[in-house]
Amino acid sequence: MTPPLADVFLAAAAAFVVLAIVLLYRAVVGPTTQDRLLAVNVLGTNTVVVLALLAVALDEPWFLDVALIYALLNFLMSIAISKFTVERGGVL
Amino acid sequence: MIDALRFWVAVALVALGVFFTFIAAVGVIRLPDVYARTHTASQADTLGAGLTLAGVAVALGWQHATVYTVLLLFFVFITNPTAAHAIARSAAETGVEPQLADDGSESARDLEPEPDPESSGRGGEPTDRDAGTGGEPQ
Repeated sequence: MTPPLADVFLAAAAAFVVLAIVLLYRAVVGPTTQDRLLAVNVLGTNTVVVLALLAVALDEPWFLDVALIYALLNFLMSIAISKFTVERGGVL
Repeated sequence: MIDALRFWVAVALVALGVFFTFIAAVGVIRLPDVYARTHTASQADTLGAGLTLAGVAVALGWQHATVYTVLLLFFVFITNPTAAHAIARSAAETGVEPQLADDGSESARDLEPEPDPESSGRGGEPTDRDAGTGGEPQ
């Protein structure tokens, strides 16, 4: 009677993808650089969660390695861009 | 029996994670300025991602992959508020004005520190800010 676990996790991953598309609005129209950076940061966290959900739903555990590297790069991106925005007035 | 329990615990954790991430998305879209948006991103989104990764770890059971998931959960729990703090501090240092309660522009100008030495040099009327700093008006 109950749906299998893979279907539940696929539905949750679809919900996360929809939320990520909604968050893209703030990344496009955000008035300041920090608004765009924050939206991309939250979107990257959503991507990590989607990768972890797909690792269970599709039974491919190596997706978790990709998720771990993605989380590291996402954190590094946020720190680097916010630091460069203060110290040099931009990324370059 | 224990498999059914594990199934429902995983489904409940993932559903709570989707709910909190929905709250974070609504906050990032709808809140008025960058400080309020960093607030919702550092709290609701961290909780949503953490609960969903906990659901993934419960669904995986005892495997090698569970170690990766728990590591990812701790990493997201540590780095996500740190990144939001760095973004809010970068906004404050590049001069983004916070939007205040009743009338944004007037209150923001009131809180500027420029007219402070003049009024304190005159030492006259006790304004709201003097009462707030706790100084006696003699």
